[in-house]
Amino acid sequence: MSSDDDKRDGPVPEDGSAASADREHDSDASTTERERGARVADETSATTPSASTPGQPDEGGGRSTSADPEGASTGAPTATALKEREEDWETIAKRYRADEATIDFSSQLGAVATQDETELLTINMGPHHPATHGVLRLLTTLEGEVIRDVKPIIGYLHTGIEKTAEDKAYWKAIPVVERMDYLAYYFNAMAYCGAVEDLLGVEVPKRAQYLRVIHLELNRIMSHLVWLGTTMLDLGAISILWYAFRERETVLDLFEYSSGQRMHTRYFQIGGVADDIPAGWADKLQRFLDEMPTRLDQYEAMLSKNEIILQRLKDVGVLDAESLQAWGVSGPLLRAAGVPWDLRKAQPYSSYDDFDFKIPVGTVGDNYDRYAVRIAEMRESVKIIQQALDGLPEGPVITGDRKVALPPRHELATSMEALIHHFKLVTEGMRVPEGESYYPIEGPRGELGCFVRSDGSSKPARVHMRDPSFVNLQAFGDMARGEYIADMIATLACLDPLLGGIDR
Amino acid sequence: MEVIRHGKAEAGIGPAAASPHALQPGDKDAFRARQLRARDLLRGELEGDDLEQHVRDSIVTTTLDKAAHWAQGNSIFPLTFGLACCSIEMISLVGSRMDLSRFGSEAMRATPRQADMIILAGRVSMKMAPVVRRIYDQMLEPKYAIAMGACSSSMGVFNNYAIVPADKFMPVDVHIPGCPPRPEAVVYGILKLRKMIQDDPTMAWRDRYRAHGTEETKPWSLTELEDRAGKAAELESREQDARA
Repeated sequence: MSSDDDKRDGPVPEDGSAASADREHDSDASTTERERGARVADETSATTPSASTPGQPDEGGGRSTSADPEGASTGAPTATALKEREEDWETIAKRYRADEATIDFSSQLGAVATQDETELLTINMGPHHPATHGVLRLLTTLEGEVIRDVKPIIGYLHTGIEKTAEDKAYWKAIPVVERMDYLAYYFNAMAYCGAVEDLLGVEVPKRAQYLRVIHLELNRIMSHLVWLGTTMLDLGAISILWYAFRERETVLDLFEYSSGQRMHTRYFQIGGVADDIPAGWADKLQRFLDEMPTRLDQYEAMLSKNEIILQRLKDVGVLDAESLQAWGVSGPLLRAAGVPWDLRKAQPYSSYDDFDFKIPVGTVGDNYDRYAVRIAEMRESVKIIQQALDGLPEGPVITGDRKVALPPRHELATSMEALIHHFKLVTEGMRVPEGESYYPIEGPRGELGCFVRSDGSSKPARVHMRDPSFVNLQAFGDMARGEYIADMIATLACLDPLLGGIDR
Repeated sequence: MEVIRHGKAEAGIGPAAASPHALQPGDKDAFRARQLRARDLLRGELEGDDLEQHVRDSIVTTTLDKAAHWAQGNSIFPLTFGLACCSIEMISLVGSRMDLSRFGSEAMRATPRQADMIILAGRVSMKMAPVVRRIYDQMLEPKYAIAMGACSSSMGVFNNYAIVPADKFMPVDVHIPGCPPRPEAVVYGILKLRKMIQDDPTMAWRDRYRAHGTEETKPWSLTELEDRAGKAAELESREQDARA
């Protein structure tokens, strides 16, 4: 490849200018600058030989066999030759077809794509890209249409929620914590409240635990529905979006009915839930539970036998269980690879051990398994909600500890002590004993854990969320490498990253 | 939008004062008379009062500007651009319950160059703000921006080092409060924007930001540019008068 080396010396200034322009353009991504500069250098040096390919095959002996027949068929025809051809058109056509079959394009193709020195192209995707499910930026290195490397760049949605939570009283931090993973707001609140309850040593009443389970599982269904709609939209199955969002509206109606808000409901409190479910809520939920399995059947009838969907999903984005576990991946992605790891079973919280449900697992760990596992999880969630609704115990919905939970409204008019408690809680908040606590739960995307450190004051010293989207995104490179770029979109969608959770 | 329909303007005084030619529902004779006038028009025999009446009955007059604004307001193409929580509610706008296509805004465009309106659905971080600004700059005029939700309007519940309100780096026409706003609220905001476009497009951000003279113009229409600058100066002086 000495000729290539000579050519590589040629475009050095061009190379340098390209790299510097790149650097100017993206001064924020300072960590990746050096690598990107290197990659750009590779790219330009690799581009030069292909730019000179038109001349190359003639110099090399690659096309010598094809040069002759082409010359024969198109070589300067005289009048007599033309006449002969007209007379004997059929034989000439036959000979031409035979010649054509001998033309060997492999060397020409090789010059473009399959040389030793491959042509790499660095393409930026995002942060504004309809298929990145938020403001994710992907720096992809392509060889033709094949992904050779992909580097996610995050931070475009950094909201400083963890820092903001440090500045708020314990129970006033719930609203900001809820807004981290904005499709799993009940889960965020659950992980945070659980961690604080552990520190406080508060016992959550059984009815509150069951109400929490009902809302958590409704939230899981809602999150998976949004995932289903947007993922299939990326794959071109547009109509499923309308069906999935129709059911999502039903779930959101239930949320609104029980808490007053569609999203970010702040229904979970430290020590229980904010209020009991209103009259008629259970009937409405029962109607939803009755119709949801048939809706899921309809989704599967639309998708699971759809040849285009199957071809786009099956054997795409495969990653074995060992690599997934090495990256720390959890949730539906890990279960799709065949590992039955679910914190609801492995480490039951909030009375999950009262319910009978199964953990759906896949076999291969491809995108189809990820799709199938999530559909099956929605069915299991429906079962859990049904059991929790049937066995919903009577009793209080929030702890009776007046240092933690607000006293009921009627007590304020009659009890001086209740008034003082109310005043202290609203103005200062609760004081939490010193210590650390980590409370992991099974979110819709995997292990969602909240770490809270208390210094004994009424504000948390540190709140940190172990968000599954952030950890799962690490494995994306291994999943996407070697895939086509269109399949990378499908793999990213099936990974289900949520940028609100990643950047926080 | 003010469309002047002459026939109706007369009839608007009241049914008793309606012109003898105005068509009442169920009035077969008047309908027949109208048919005959139309026939005569086609034959080229219609003249005098009858011709006048035919024109009043069948022609809507308006200005080209008003017609264009009417069309613009009824087909606002939003950009497919989601930032955070609000984007999920934005997706549910095109869902079957809200069905944004009733108002001509269901055609979401993935590229800013084809979009008329950007909905800032979610929190804009310090890192994202230049990107959003660039996307806004790539849109072609006339372009409109809606700040959806508390974060992009006023930093919302966070109000910390990481978030920028959209007004700091780009002009915003409509702010929609809520965290996140209900889809109904977003539809209301889009309808407000539609009214803004159809009533008087200059009442949008250029007035509020005193940005007259920044319209994209052809390089040779300098007089027009001067006119606009004059208008801006006039506005300014009027404000000063009001203050004084």
